[in-house]
Amino acid sequence: MITLEHYLFLGAIIFTLGVLGIFLNKKNLIIILMSIELILLSVNINFIAFSAYINDISGQIFAMLTLTVAAAEAAIGLAILVVFFRNLGSIEVNKINQLKG
Amino acid sequence: MVIYSLTFYLFSSVAVLSALMVISAKNPVHSVLFLILSFVNASGLFVLLGAEFLAMILVVVYVGAVAVLFLFVVMMLDINFVKLREGFLQYLPFGALLGIVLVVELGILFLTDRSSNIYNNQTPLQPIVNEVENTKMIGQILYTEYFYLFQICGIILLVAMIGSITLTLRDKGGVKRQNIDSQNTVDASTAIEKKKVKIGEGI
Repeated sequence: MITLEHYLFLGAIIFTLGVLGIFLNKKNLIIILMSIELILLSVNINFIAFSAYINDISGQIFAMLTLTVAAAEAAIGLAILVVFFRNLGSIEVNKINQLKG
Repeated sequence: MVIYSLTFYLFSSVAVLSALMVISAKNPVHSVLFLILSFVNASGLFVLLGAEFLAMILVVVYVGAVAVLFLFVVMMLDINFVKLREGFLQYLPFGALLGIVLVVELGILFLTDRSSNIYNNQTPLQPIVNEVENTKMIGQILYTEYFYLFQICGIILLVAMIGSITLTLRDKGGVKRQNIDSQNTVDASTAIEKKKVKIGEGI
């Protein structure tokens, strides 16, 4: 029997993997962006699981809003990445303070 | 019910494993492909929960747009990925510790607090039962109750689009552009030039 907890556990595990990805790939900005996508996916899983649990469609609307924000974030993040690579020839995160100004 | 459980475990285990591969794959192209696999499996889970529209949106938006955008950037930029992985093993113990602590804490949270309201009834999760289908339900509520949120979503996407275009727009020298003003102000006196051509010679 699959209850709400199963889905919450799944969301928790994917969230943790996302956070772990940020820590492990400290230098690679692309993997960090993908980890953020994983975190937002776990948020979506939680939203939809709760939406089914309380029998209310609103959770799915909010999951859609999360999807929108995630898409916008990926687009802007990748644009910054491209500019960063163009200026420095590398995507190491510890050089990113040179973007100021 | 058994089939439901089996499907849940299939989709969730593949999603978790591919999420693990996303953060540990050596080649970022493989990472992006595992991210796609993870999203496809998550959309399978959404179908199990009765959110068919969101499942399809997830496939279209993530697999069709975001993941392909990632793939495009990974392939477009000539990045030395071997150099970027140097600190991976150095951060692994700390990261693993942090991950274990997070998972254990979240697990304790779910497993122990059965006195709270949410966990009182251990009913299996069912899709929302209604006479209209999922997409219609979302449409009925999205354009009435959540109309302003929907509009704000549009503004967010517009700002993101303008932002990413202005960020990556590069003004290269030597590019010929159309100057509409000077084209419109052309009249006969500036466009036509009279020359006297001598007989038997060219200009």
